[in-house]
Amino acid sequence: MGTLSEKILCGTAGEYVDRVVDRAYVHDGTGVLTLEAWKSMGARWIQDAANLHVLFDHIVPANNSTTATLQHELREFACSSFLNFSDIGGGICHQVMSEGVVLPGEVVVGADSHSCTLGAFGAFATGVGATDMAAIWMTGETWFRVPESIGIHLSGKFLGAAEAKDLALTYVSRLGMDGATYQALEFIGDAAAELSMDERLTLCNLSVETGAKAGMFYADEITVHYLKQVGHTVEPQQPELCTYSKEINFDLTDIVPVIALPPRVDTIKPVHDLAGQPLDQVFVGTCTNGRYSDLARFARGVKGRKVAIRTIVIPASQAVLQKAIQTGVLADIVGAGCTIGTPGCGPCLGSHMGVLGEGEVCLSTANRNFKNRMGVGGEIYLSSVATAAASALEGEISVPEGF
Amino acid sequence: MKGKGSAICIGADIDTDLVIAGRYLRTKDHNTWVAHVFEDLDHSLASRLKGAVIVAGKNFGCGSSREQAAIAIREAGVVAVIAPSFARIFFRNAINIGLPLIECDLSCREGTTVSFDLKEGWVEADGKKFVIRPLSAKMQEILTFGGLVNYWRSHG
Repeated sequence: MGTLSEKILCGTAGEYVDRVVDRAYVHDGTGVLTLEAWKSMGARWIQDAANLHVLFDHIVPANNSTTATLQHELREFACSSFLNFSDIGGGICHQVMSEGVVLPGEVVVGADSHSCTLGAFGAFATGVGATDMAAIWMTGETWFRVPESIGIHLSGKFLGAAEAKDLALTYVSRLGMDGATYQALEFIGDAAAELSMDERLTLCNLSVETGAKAGMFYADEITVHYLKQVGHTVEPQQPELCTYSKEINFDLTDIVPVIALPPRVDTIKPVHDLAGQPLDQVFVGTCTNGRYSDLARFARGVKGRKVAIRTIVIPASQAVLQKAIQTGVLADIVGAGCTIGTPGCGPCLGSHMGVLGEGEVCLSTANRNFKNRMGVGGEIYLSSVATAAASALEGEISVPEGF
Repeated sequence: MKGKGSAICIGADIDTDLVIAGRYLRTKDHNTWVAHVFEDLDHSLASRLKGAVIVAGKNFGCGSSREQAAIAIREAGVVAVIAPSFARIFFRNAINIGLPLIECDLSCREGTTVSFDLKEGWVEADGKKFVIRPLSAKMQEILTFGGLVNYWRSHG
């Protein structure tokens, strides 16, 4: 009896436990500091290198010689220590880990706040900083406070152009930026079982924007089928009676396309209310909405037409890019006048490949719109893929239709 | 662990992009982070942090897991950060690098002296004393060693 977090962490809510980490990963941003901390600890060995991953995604390819030198050192270390290594262009760490690495029931720790994305598989997946990760490299373990869980009941079906991202922004708005601090979110209910893995990944991805430690779905037939296609045979998880600290309900039928206004993810308005807001740039991608289904949806929106403003589309991984090439989705996107970037995080964190200028406005499918995040003086509106497609065609925020 | 410092009061939901912007992360040089700490919140803050206790609103340190945020605050000379709640990754990061955090809904005057004793579990400001929830035994031990690196240097 217990929540999914309690079962996986083998403890009761509020208890502090030490647990072996099944999968741990860093990217080129946090990996540099992790390596520094690991060396400072006096560590001479890596615990269980087969379960450790280093994935370059934040600034790929390197934007200057300082970054290149930092990446060179980490790359050399990862390869010489036999860590699993994904170099530039492999994709966003969370996405690559979702393509057949993370399995249900695992304890997964990533040195990135959006590591919660992988809770979509029924894993306990959470983010830590570099020093915590260094200790995991050294010992294979870390401590957790077993979280209380909030039950998010989903019912109904999306109507019109509404999609998982709109639900994600809506639940973040309902809970607020600290509404789930120190807690986990469990997505349950009839409609949860109907959602695809890509939709689940999008919903879990935003959970940290409520302060949550994890966002989770129970592994079910959809999870089992997805993992079978990438070579894993797993069993579904059976929910048990459990106690939630709070329960909230969403009828997907009521979800409408929404936008998060700068500079807070929890401040949303229906797209309809913002229609006509001029834009300078549209960005489609990231660990929130850079998967194949997102690119295919965007392509359906822009196929045969031309975008009115600069539009950057970045596949979340090389596998996503390959599939988009094979199916013609990429040709439709390029044909509409969009620019394609190297699989990775792109301009989401304001380092390169689409940084905003003073006073510029971007509509992005990412998960954060904090002040100056994509460039000093730039403003970020967050939306779904369908809204991004409609808005790219008009050059201003536009209500998506025909999806 | 005991300490005291002069209060600097800032708002709620301060994200780690505001503590140290992404454009300053591609270095291992702590001085770069110290020079630009809180730059996008208030340009004048960086020069006033030595010996300060930051008194913030709820959900301090939300957003990115970047540990540079906690390091920048500590290296700038901040004695402790007090807030009603912290984002959990920032919380772990701060303890791991030896920056004391105190969960307390403290309202106080800018510049007033704030003192605290984590072991005894109190904070005092403007003549008022508040009882605080103690950190877990593990976190207190990590702080005693000045952070997780020194903790493992001693235990490893």
